[in-house]
Amino acid sequence: MATKASRSAARVMMAPAVVLLLGWMLVPLIMTLWFSFRTYLPLRGGDQGWTGFDNYVRFVTSSSFWPAISTTLVLLIGVLTITIVFGILLAILLDQPMWGQGVVRILVIAPFFVMPTVSALVWKNIFMDPTNGLLAHLWRFFGAESVSWLSDAPMVSLIMIVSWQWLPFATLILLTAIQSLDGEQMEAAEMDGASVLSRFFYIALPHLSRAITIVILIQTIFLLAIFAEIFVTTGGAFGTRTLSYLIFQRVLESQNIGLGSAGGVYAIILANIVAIFLMRIVGKNLD
Amino acid sequence: MYLRTALCAASALALTAGAAMAQSTLTIATVNNGDMIRMQGYTDNFTEKTGIAVEWVTLEENVLRSRVTTDITTKGGQFDIMTIGMYETPIWGANGWLVPLDDLSAEYDVGDILPAMAGGLSHEGTLYAAPFYGESSMIMYRTDLMEKAGMEMPDAPTWEFVREAAAAMTDRDADINGICLRGKAGWGEGGAFITAMSNSFGARWFDMEWNAQFDTEAWANTLNFYKGMMDESGPAGYATNGFNENLSLFNQGKCGMWIDATVAASFVTGDDSTVADSVGFALAPDTGLGKRSNWLWAWALAVPAGTQQEAEAKQFIEWATSKDYIALVAENEGWANVPPGARTSLYENPEYQKVPFAQKTLDSILSADPTDSTVEPSPYVGIQFAAIPEFAGIATEVSQEFSAAYAGQQSIEDALAKAQAITNEAMEAAGYR
Amino acid sequence: MARAVTNQRKMINTGAAWIIGLLIFFPILWTILTSFKSEAQAIADPPIFLFFDWTTENYSTVMERSNYGRFLWNSIFIAGGSTILGIIIAVPAAWSMAFVPSKRTKDILLWMLSTKMLPAVGVLYPIYLLFIQFGLLDNVYGLTFVLMLINLPIIVWMLYTYFREIPGEILEAARMDGATLRDEILYVLTPMAIPGIASTLLLNFILAWNEAFWTLNLTAAKAAPLTAFIASYSSPEGLFYAKLSAASTMAIAPILILGWFSQKQLVRGLTFGAVK
Repeated sequence: MATKASRSAARVMMAPAVVLLLGWMLVPLIMTLWFSFRTYLPLRGGDQGWTGFDNYVRFVTSSSFWPAISTTLVLLIGVLTITIVFGILLAILLDQPMWGQGVVRILVIAPFFVMPTVSALVWKNIFMDPTNGLLAHLWRFFGAESVSWLSDAPMVSLIMIVSWQWLPFATLILLTAIQSLDGEQMEAAEMDGASVLSRFFYIALPHLSRAITIVILIQTIFLLAIFAEIFVTTGGAFGTRTLSYLIFQRVLESQNIGLGSAGGVYAIILANIVAIFLMRIVGKNLD
Repeated sequence: MYLRTALCAASALALTAGAAMAQSTLTIATVNNGDMIRMQGYTDNFTEKTGIAVEWVTLEENVLRSRVTTDITTKGGQFDIMTIGMYETPIWGANGWLVPLDDLSAEYDVGDILPAMAGGLSHEGTLYAAPFYGESSMIMYRTDLMEKAGMEMPDAPTWEFVREAAAAMTDRDADINGICLRGKAGWGEGGAFITAMSNSFGARWFDMEWNAQFDTEAWANTLNFYKGMMDESGPAGYATNGFNENLSLFNQGKCGMWIDATVAASFVTGDDSTVADSVGFALAPDTGLGKRSNWLWAWALAVPAGTQQEAEAKQFIEWATSKDYIALVAENEGWANVPPGARTSLYENPEYQKVPFAQKTLDSILSADPTDSTVEPSPYVGIQFAAIPEFAGIATEVSQEFSAAYAGQQSIEDALAKAQAITNEAMEAAGYR
Repeated sequence: MARAVTNQRKMINTGAAWIIGLLIFFPILWTILTSFKSEAQAIADPPIFLFFDWTTENYSTVMERSNYGRFLWNSIFIAGGSTILGIIIAVPAAWSMAFVPSKRTKDILLWMLSTKMLPAVGVLYPIYLLFIQFGLLDNVYGLTFVLMLINLPIIVWMLYTYFREIPGEILEAARMDGATLRDEILYVLTPMAIPGIASTLLLNFILAWNEAFWTLNLTAAKAAPLTAFIASYSSPEGLFYAKLSAASTMAIAPILILGWFSQKQLVRGLTFGAVK
């Protein structure tokens, strides 16, 4: 079917998307690379010339670098784990016959529609505030001391907020996958006396692997760039500074574009390492 | 046919009117503080007078800062007027990014601006931003709780007294915390408070060679005192409380004392406050070393260089920071709600002198001197900040370390050691050391 | 007997699902409720769930203070425009990837996705400078274009997975009947992929609507969408829970309503080819 003519037509049709994305990737990338080798301090007279690898060295040797990397990964892995585990459970539950399935499904996917800024603001103020927050009221109602969520358990809180936003997405994708699960196969296995657990692990989970891969891939892309949630809740304090937040601090708060750009290059490298790692898994699963 | 002509004429008219409007629409970036929002409400008054329309871009403080900084450093030209503070103004003015406000009308009376404010908003004697309102910081306390504790607030208390009073006022069962202070990370939040407080403990950010001073005993004393007092008598989760959180706590009657911006005085005695009738004021505390722990700040309006509408922008600034504007607000909302701290004439006005916090506000402002803020000599200008471009970035990171210490995630020694390293690292990168 | 067991199980399922659903939805519900309280009642201790004095004063305060209509329109324009533009560009690309695959198709696809990993903060200055050069700051078209680029990879990928599920024979049959490539895409492929396109549209509309970095940093007054609207209510002086809730509700309501009405479509289409 793939004739020569259709091949060239295909190339032409792909061109706009590819060219646009290539431009969108290359232009800022080249500019970032350029800045990263320069001493660029907007508040001190702007671009002050070449500085070699100074920015790169400084960014990595800064005491905030490795903690930022580990925070990024903890956040990523924490959110992925929670959304996938609960996503599977929730998807299985939603797949069962019940009354008002449509309404429940609406309730479950609603958080996905909420802007990150709004969800962070609402969680921070209306729920997690140690004095007036709803959780504080709840804790006090049960006679416990109210928890200062964002300072005492910052990462847990952050992971909670972000997971709340992404759980619907994971649930939806996993739900569509579960719905396509072959019922007869399951029944046959049940007849053969396979337990619920073994049915889950040997039939359902392999069937879901593709959907899980996709959830991981899409969420990783978004989670690596998470910004608004941290900006609004902790402002990077209490060990919640991720790599992208650290870059924000260098670029906008310290007004050191060179240093921030070097950080940007590192972030791209990290993203690509994660990407290659993911592609390895996804690549197998994507066909 | 006639109808068509009429329609054409009408649309042409609309077009020219639109063009005329577009020619004189000012875009103003501002912070979402109460006084600014009130000002937005009076925009029509300005438009009526001058025919100049105004577009407001109202943003939360942190968003505003990063937004206007990006725009001014890249000469983006998105705003005709920016709301900036005492920290940004001299730095931006020195870079030539702001239009000097040296030709304001006689009627405007530049000389009436409080010298402390004018000084902080100038670079080499040229005014670059006009103060919309100015503030220092002072103690706001609950007179009823103070009485109940059997103590009396002096006009100028010491930190020792404050700590003692805080402990005496604290009543955890009744949900009353003796003292509420900022602990939130960010140079303009907890960073500003602890820096101003450290001044009274004899600490400073840098010595004359720009070496960070966090390894000094004065800093250790400051943080230990702060954390000790807050653990004893502060609210839960104080490490995440900033101005707004504390204001809301105080208004709910959950704080015995609150040391913060003088502008808060009109809020805690206003309609939103449940304790409005029993608030007293005193100067920010000291330790007897000669410096008090009050700061100096102004939110001011500046015109970025390169705007197409310089004249119109100046017209707006003259309107918004004028005596007439103050009179306008006083007329409609009472004297307690006028923007404070900017003009001498306001404090000479007998009507305003009746406002309970007026005198203490003025005293606090007058006792703050940005050019001489530390006990030992320091190379920088500024009280709760050092007016160098790098400060905002450094102080935000430093205050994050402090907040982590307040929350008990690390010891004060560790926080100070990290602060020392962060600061020296950044100062080296910037070429000071 | 079996019937009874199923019913009992159904009841348990229903109960569990409703409890969990309500729990997940609760933050949104609470925000909406809070928006109808007075500021004092918003922080009342103990919290009041339903029996408070319902008021719309927060909404009128917010409406008075900001030009909600313009923020809303900008959000609709930017999210809608970027999504539609993205789909127009992505359909041919996805078509060629799905029906004329080459060895590099998968690489190209993954590369496209990887462009999404560029940290936005890191390239703020370059993009800002470019926008100044082209006079695109505070311009809805500029913003629409950027958001289109940001979501393009996802759009291409989603469409690609839908197209792959369409049997090639149908297209071939159409071609036999003398359909040109254009006809083939417009009249054969697209109608068959409507469910897929619809859910792509929805998902990307949501993503563009919620994008909060570029929309905030590249706009001032004229092009500012709802993300900027929210930034003016995030922590003003004094009590603000009720007003914040009102502003939040106004920012999320349109998309929430859209999402609810179209959730069937979204659920059906959101497979990313995960279902084989």
